[in-house]
Amino acid sequence: MIGQVPLSYYLLLSAILFAIGAGGVLIRRNVIIVLMCVEMMMNAVNLTFIAFSRYLDSTTGQIFVFMIMAVAAVEVAVGLALLVELNRHKDSVNINDFNSLKG
Amino acid sequence: MPIDFPILNFQAIAPELVVVVAAFVVMFMELFVDDKRILGYISLVGLTMAAILNFSLMASFAPPTFQTMLISDGYSLILNLIFIIAAALSILISLSYLSDRELQHGEYYALLLFATVGMMLMGAATDLIIVFMGLEIMSIALYILAAFNRQQLGSGEAGMKYFVLGAFASAFFLYGVALVYGATGSTNLQEIGSWFSADRGNLGDPIALVGLSLLLVGFSFKIAAVPFQWWTPDVYHGAPTSVTAFMSVGAKAAGFASLMRVLMISFGDAFTVDWQLAVAVLAVITMTGGNIAALAQKDVKRMLAYSSIAHAGYILVGVVPGTMNGVQGVLFYLLSYTFMNIGAFAVITVLERRSQVGSAIQDYAGLASRSPLLALAMLLFMVSLTGIPPFIGFWGKLYVFRAAVEANMSWLAVAGMINSAISAFYYLGIVVQMYMRPVATAEDGDVAPALKLSAPVVVTLVVTVIVTVIFGIWPTPLVDLTSLAVFG
Repeated sequence: MIGQVPLSYYLLLSAILFAIGAGGVLIRRNVIIVLMCVEMMMNAVNLTFIAFSRYLDSTTGQIFVFMIMAVAAVEVAVGLALLVELNRHKDSVNINDFNSLKG
Repeated sequence: MPIDFPILNFQAIAPELVVVVAAFVVMFMELFVDDKRILGYISLVGLTMAAILNFSLMASFAPPTFQTMLISDGYSLILNLIFIIAAALSILISLSYLSDRELQHGEYYALLLFATVGMMLMGAATDLIIVFMGLEIMSIALYILAAFNRQQLGSGEAGMKYFVLGAFASAFFLYGVALVYGATGSTNLQEIGSWFSADRGNLGDPIALVGLSLLLVGFSFKIAAVPFQWWTPDVYHGAPTSVTAFMSVGAKAAGFASLMRVLMISFGDAFTVDWQLAVAVLAVITMTGGNIAALAQKDVKRMLAYSSIAHAGYILVGVVPGTMNGVQGVLFYLLSYTFMNIGAFAVITVLERRSQVGSAIQDYAGLASRSPLLALAMLLFMVSLTGIPPFIGFWGKLYVFRAAVEANMSWLAVAGMINSAISAFYYLGIVVQMYMRPVATAEDGDVAPALKLSAPVVVTLVVTVIVTVIFGIWPTPLVDLTSLAVFG
């Protein structure tokens, strides 16, 4: 279905991208990089959806991708706004500096 | 070429539409109104109309509509009721809480209503696309609400933590959806279910199993189940108390709503064995982890955050059997938890100091002598949350544990009861402070915080106390309501 490239290649690639993104969220301390890593996870999901969509010859997956893209854009907008707000209190983008809540 | 117009049954989503309209009205009126509390009352009117519509829909259930994206059945309608009640009670708390802290803005009420719509969509969804959209509508509004107190670093921090972990969880959830879609070729819950039961050779399909487990991970984040609970204490602690009350009840109920529908409809019969043990283990570690962490807390707000994790564990006990009695137990539990938990948070708003994040347990010392009625209300909520009869919390626990026993999983019910006993330590610790400790005075270097009781908060307390006590003594109406939702 997908020309010469078998489905499993796409799935493997998106699984790797997803893992890199998830690892980045857990390891990186810079909030902006964490946001980028979340985006990467979302896009790995998009790739999975589109590969399956072509493989199954069904459009549902592609519609789902549009939804994910819209939501991802909204999430980034909100996330960056929150970061700007936090920056007024503390001049930092390092996640370790935001540790006033403890117990 | 004839064009087939799809059948759109707008009546089925009438309560959702009313709440959306109310949110837009609030946003529009924000421009013209100086006293923003009026917007809170407008929201309450909208929510009341939605509740009335919701009751009228209970007379007749509609089949799935909007191309089988949504359904208006007893299950979704009773969940709608829970979300509407949670939103209305939180708004009542917010009115004075926000004014005290100079946070009275119209957006607050609009966002709260949008979050409610997201929750309602999650309860009504019969397609994973709508589950996802509802989840995001709810979560994004809640991210902003958690960070609403701009004067406090803690609030912004709560919003940020909630956002990063929420988006992270959404990605897991989406990956699960993608894999399930790949395995079954559909995102419709019913079709996924019939695909599995029609083709039993596919049951061992690793893609579907990985997809199912990723879906479970995504939902576990939303309902704050251990080991996906790290964000909960910080977010509940830092967010404005009125928002915490709403989140701890509404977001949890919404997560359970879709979790149960997905597990029952899509991964029913054939898959029950696969997820049952996983969810049972999740239930036990969730309630134990939540309770043990709550024991060590010195802040009442943070303690209730941990206790809400424990309650997610009790509710999961009702999900495990996968039976209709279990579903009914969960619905009853969610309904009762809405009243007692929001009531407890309402008491916290009365005692919370303006400049401080959270509410130290010492501030409750001698409350019984300062305000006997307020202390009595808190006592009732604490006893009810522990699960002591004859209060509403007891019946919630009874029904979920009974479902586990009926499914031959008595060990799960026993674990739940041991945990209820553990939870008594910290719940009653507050009671000890209120009734047996002297009021802090200037000589102790710390003056007890002033009590700020406003009319809407009093209304909230009266309503929640009445429901906690009356339906504790006489739970039949609520049992009938939940069984109507499940058994028709």
